[in-house]
Amino acid sequence: MSELAVDRRAGTAPAPIASARELLPFALLAGLVLMLLVYFVGAEEGALSLIAGNGVHELVHDARHLLGFPCH
Amino acid sequence: MIRSLLIRGMIAGALAGVVAFALAYAFGEPQVQHAIDFEDHLARLHHEPAGAEVVSRGVQRTLGLLTGTVIMGVALGGLFALVFAWGYGRVGAAGARATAALLALAAFVSITLVPFTKYPANPPTIGSAATIDRRTVLFVAMIAISVLAAVAAARIRRQTLPALGAWNAAIVACAAFLVVVGGAQLALPAVHETPAGFPADVLYRFRLASLGTNAALWLTLGLGFGWAAERRLAPAPRRVAEPAPH
Ligand SMILES: [Zn+2]
Repeated sequence: MSELAVDRRAGTAPAPIASARELLPFALLAGLVLMLLVYFVGAEEGALSLIAGNGVHELVHDARHLLGFPCH
Repeated sequence: MIRSLLIRGMIAGALAGVVAFALAYAFGEPQVQHAIDFEDHLARLHHEPAGAEVVSRGVQRTLGLLTGTVIMGVALGGLFALVFAWGYGRVGAAGARATAALLALAAFVSITLVPFTKYPANPPTIGSAATIDRRTVLFVAMIAISVLAAVAAARIRRQTLPALGAWNAAIVACAAFLVVVGGAQLALPAVHETPAGFPADVLYRFRLASLGTNAALWLTLGLGFGWAAERRLAPAPRRVAEPAPH
C-alpha cells in the first residue's frame, strides 16, 4: 500500500510537490516557450506575424481550423 | 521533480496530439474538403483567380495537420504539467491520476467547450481575412475569462468546503463559474461570418469533429499524464519474492 493511498483514506490532501519559489523559473521559462508554441500553431501569420512569409500558417493550417482557432 | 513532470507532460501531450490527429483526419478533413470545394465554387462564380498554393492540400491535411496537433499537444502537455505541479496537494485531496483527470476535464470545459459555445470552430471559407485581428482578440479574451472563472470557482469550492460539504461546495463553485462565463458570453460581441448558401450539414459536422478532436486531446493528455505522474510520485512496489513459474 503506497503512502498516497494511506493519505487519501485518512482524508488529507497529499503534500504539495513544489514550492512557489521552485516553480517560478519553470513557469517563466518553460511557460513562455510553450505559450510561444501554442501561438505558432494557433495564430502566427494571422493576427500577428513573427516570421516573414506564410509558411507556418500554411503548414499547420488544418490543425488551426480543427483545433478551433480563428483563421481565414 | 518539476523537470521530470514537465517532460512527462510533454510526452503525454505528444501522444495526445497523435490521437487528436487521428480524429481530426478521420472526421474533420472530409468536412474541410467540402468547405474548400464550396469556396472554389464561389470563386468560380465570381471569376476570382485561384490563390497560389504555398503548401499543397495533400501535405496540409496529413503532415501539416499532424505537425500542428503534435506541437499543440506538446505545448499544452507541458503547461498542463506545470499547472499540475502547482495544483497537486493544493487544489484538492485527490491522488495524482484523479487530479490529472479532473484538471483535464476543467481544461476541456474552460479552454475548449465554453469558448466554443461563443466562438465556435469554423472550416475554411467562413471568416473574412479583414476581421482576423478582431476575431483572434475576442477568442483569446473568451478563453482568458473562462480560465480565470474556473480558477476562481476552484477557490470558492475550497473556501466553502468546510461549511457546505463537498457536494454543495462543488455546486456553488460550478454555479459561480456559469454565471461569470454566461455574463461574458452575453456581453461580448457576436461574430456572424458564414457566407450565404454554405451547407449547414458541413458546418455542423465540422464543428462536431473539432469538438471531438479537442476532447480526444485533453482526454489522452489527462489520462496519459496521470498514469505517468502517479508512477513518478508513488512508484509501484517492486515484486521481488515472486517465484518464477515452472
Ligand atoms: Zn484557414
